[in-house]
Parts: sequence; structure tokens; C-alpha cells
Amino acid sequence: MNTSSSYKAKPRNRQSMTTLRFKKQTIGWLFIILSIIGIGLFYFYPMVQAFLLSLQSGMGANHEYVGFANYVRLLNDPAFLTALSNTMIYLLVQVPLMILLALVFSVLLNDPTLKFRGFFRTAIFLPAVTSLVAYAVVFKYLFSPDGLVNELLLQLNLITQPLNWISDPVLAKITIILAITWRWTGYNMIFYLSALQNVDKAIYEAARIDGASTIQQFFYITIPLLKPIILFTSIVSTIGTLQLFDEVMNITGGGPGDATVTISMYIYNLSFEYTPDFGYAATVSYMVLLLVVVFSFLQFKVAGDDQK
Amino acid sequence: MRLIKRIATYLFLSVAAFISIFPFIWMVISMTNKSVDVTRGRLLPGTHFIENITTLFETQNIGTALTNSFIVAIITTILTLLIGSLAGYGFEIYRTKRKDVVFSILILSMMIPFAAIMIPLYRFFGQVSSVAPAFGIDTLAAVIMPTVITAFFIFFFRQNTKLFARDLVEAGRMDGLSELGIFFKIYVPTMKTTYAAAAIIAFMNSWNNYLWPLVVLQSPRNQTIPLLISNLGSGYSPDFGVIMTAIVIATLPTALVFFLMQKHFVAGMMGSVKG
Repeated sequence: MNTSSSYKAKPRNRQSMTTLRFKKQTIGWLFIILSIIGIGLFYFYPMVQAFLLSLQSGMGANHEYVGFANYVRLLNDPAFLTALSNTMIYLLVQVPLMILLALVFSVLLNDPTLKFRGFFRTAIFLPAVTSLVAYAVVFKYLFSPDGLVNELLLQLNLITQPLNWISDPVLAKITIILAITWRWTGYNMIFYLSALQNVDKAIYEAARIDGASTIQQFFYITIPLLKPIILFTSIVSTIGTLQLFDEVMNITGGGPGDATVTISMYIYNLSFEYTPDFGYAATVSYMVLLLVVVFSFLQFKVAGDDQK
Repeated sequence: MRLIKRIATYLFLSVAAFISIFPFIWMVISMTNKSVDVTRGRLLPGTHFIENITTLFETQNIGTALTNSFIVAIITTILTLLIGSLAGYGFEIYRTKRKDVVFSILILSMMIPFAAIMIPLYRFFGQVSSVAPAFGIDTLAAVIMPTVITAFFIFFFRQNTKLFARDLVEAGRMDGLSELGIFFKIYVPTMKTTYAAAAIIAFMNSWNNYLWPLVVLQSPRNQTIPLLISNLGSGYSPDFGVIMTAIVIATLPTALVFFLMQKHFVAGMMGSVKG
């Protein structure tokens, strides 16, 4: 208000101020123009292309528009449904398991009286520095029939003969879930640890005086307080799991049969392993986008409802 | 009761730490063992290290793959930092309603799964190939281009720019610096920590990237490290000692970056979530 009245008093100055502001705004756009072009060209334009492709059918270079036939085919494609259900299993088992584990670690490591905190933190975070392909190959060998995991379980008398971690449909899924959990738990833990540092210690003190057990404190104080960051990490993890590719490709190759194939892997196979069918592959890829949107929305909804 | 709880905590954390570290230890031990010993799960260091290294460098293009990975990761990191920070700065310092709308639209691209745009991108670079082969399919340029501009880094830099003292921009203007001059001479030097954190994340992402290089690269001379390891692992008669050596070599740069810059690394990951 004050400034605008002073503008009125000095019209000439106002004129130059506006041009200056206009110039500054134009320069502002120059700072961001590269990013707008880049994201437009490498994200949004391909999304439009993928949609147009999904309306086409044909092998290799010959394509013709078939309307929504690909989307109908999707619903009756057993290979897609297998990939979809595999991905859902990874998502629904692995993400909650990992987030709970990461929360437990962060609460334990947030205790200032704990010794070797730095060591434990670094150790548990360490898997996050490995390349997905590299650790996947290492896990493949650790879980091979005569690998160290079987060796250990035999020594401990937990099993009587080696388990087929890679070639049994159920165990192979478990192997993938264990592998991803190993790689990402420490990564998520860091987010919770940093959030916990901002939590007022007095809250826990008060809870303890009121006689709340450690487990009650965890569920009634820690989890509600960390809700925003839990939401953030669970959305990031969900998006990551819906796109799972590297690990499955390098640990089981999707096998046995297609027991561990993910949607991303199915898209890759449709495009580059089988006779290329880009149109149908694009249709499947739109399902991944749909799932990302639906799950993100659901998670926001769940977190939002609890907050009232 | 208290003591039991304490012991249980230490036991639990020790087991977790052991599980987390063990694959690394085994990887390093296996680097010194023969292929059969690796499959047998030998836990003692062997004497095969020199042979494994020699075989790796003689039979595989690991030198080329390392060079390629370094070229890609370094160029990607520099471009990502430059473009991402320009945009993050631009959105925050020259903030207007219209720019905020554009910002929200760009952020939406974080939801787009790579699998969904992989085929159109592949076809796009196929078309580029026929015009400018140096930037088309099977070039490192094609690996780099779609990865340098991401909403994540724009978001990251914008969040951190909120902590940047705006007075410095005004001071720069008083001193007669151009708007771009203010960015390079004042903003960049003040935000060193943010750049360090972003550099670590960008380098690691690029160094470990697998799916897009797998799609866009074809000839062995353009292979990056993850492609080489993946090929080694799925070969017909894999030499496990050699594979483990390659894996250790592939992990070294990111592990080094992590240990040297641990503080920035953690700050960097958290910078992306703080208000």
C-alpha cells in the first residue's frame, strides 16, 4: 500500500520501476527456460507419444490405429496379469516391511545413551551406496543352491536340505523382497532419523511418566509425529517398487517361468526381447502411470484421514 | 528388565549391522578367490586376486566401461547441477504466480515412471540418429541427455534456495552485477554445501543407472559398468571371482564418494524433504 502510493506521487519513477520489474521477470524466465524445454521434451512429450502409441498395433515398423483395442487386450493378457500381481505382491509386502523396519532402526538409533550409534547408522545405511545391478548379482550368488545363505541355514539346522531360493516360484519372490529390503531400509532410516532429531524430547519424557511402554510410545507418538515423512518415503518407495526392474532382471531374470516378472520387465520384454510391439508395450506402461497416480492418491488419503 | 531390553537392542542392531555389511565383506573376500571357491561360499581370503584382475582386464572391456561410466557420470553431474540450480534459483528468486504454476507442472513429471517414457524416448533417439548420429542411439550423449534435467533437482535446489539470504541478491544489484553475475558470483559460492550434496546424488544416480543405458546402448565399446556386470553375471560359464572383482571396482567410486563426503550425503538426502 505504502509503496504504491509513493509510486503515484512519482509517476516517472513508477514507469522505470515497472520496466525494471518486467525486465527482471523476463530474466527470471531465462533461468528456468532450459528446464521447461528439457522436461517437456524428455517427459511430457514422450508421455503424449506413449499414449498415441498405445492406440496403435503392429510389429516392428508397421503400425495402424486400433483405438482402445490394446487396453482391452491388457485385461485378458495372462502375462500382464501375472506381472501385475507380482508387482503388487512386492509392493504390499516389501514397502510396509521396510518402512516399519526403518522406523524401528531410527527409533533405536535416536537414543543418545546408545553406544556405537555412528557405527550402527553407517553400517545399516551402507547398502544404499551400492549399484542396483552389483548388489543384485551378489545376492544371486548368496542365494544360489550351494550359496552362503543355504550354508548358514544348514549349519544352524534350520533346514535339512538346500532351498531353491532362485528357482522356486515362492522363494524367488521372497529372495527379491529380501534383496530390496536390504538395499533400501537404511536409506529410508536416514530420513526418519533426521526427522526424529527435530522432535521435542519432552514428549517422550511425559509419556514415560504417564506409564506408556516403549511400544506404545512408538505407535502413539513416533508414528503420528513422523507421519509427513513416512508419507513422503512411502510414496517414493511405492513409485520405485512399481518400476522395479534392475534387481529382478539380475537376480532371477523374471523366472522361474514368469514367477518374478515385474510390469517394467514385461514392458522391456515386449519392446526389446520379444518381437517388438511398441503399441502394446506403451499401453502396459500407461498402467504403471495409472498405478503410481492411484497409489499416491490413496496414500495421501490415508494420511489425511488420520490427521483430523 | 531394563538390562534385558538393552541387551536385546544391541543384539538386534548388531545382527542388522552384520547383515548389512556382510555382502560387502564377502564381495571383497571373493575378489581374491577362484571361481569354484566363490560358488562354494569360501569365507577366507585366497591368492587369486592378481589372476582375477588380469583376467578381468584382458577378457573384458572394463577399462572402456570405466571410462564410459566416468564420462557419463561427470558430464551428467555438471549439467544436472548447472541446469537444476539455475531453475531452482529462478523459481524462488523471481517468484511469480505464473512461475509457480509452471513449477507445479514440472514437479508432476516426478510421477512419470521411466518405463512409461522409455519406448518413445528410444524412438526419439532413433530419429535423432538419422539426423545427427553423434547424439542418437548407441551414443553416450543419448545416455546423458534425458537424465540431466529432472524435476527432483529443480525441487531440491528451490528448497535450498529458500535458505539463501535474499539480501545478497539486492546487494549484488547495488554493486552493479548482472542478474546472471549475481547467480554465478554470489549464489554459487554461498551454496557450496547444497551443490556438494546434489553432486553426490547426481553422480551416484548416473553411475548406477541401468535400464536406460541398457535400452539405448548397443555396441560393447559404449558399455557402461552396470551393463558390463550384468552381462558378466548372465554369461554361460561365468567366472565368479572375476565378476566379484568387477563388482568391487564398480562399487569403489560410490563408496569412496560416500565415505569422503558422508556429512554432505546425509544433508543432501534430507535437503530434499525439509520445508
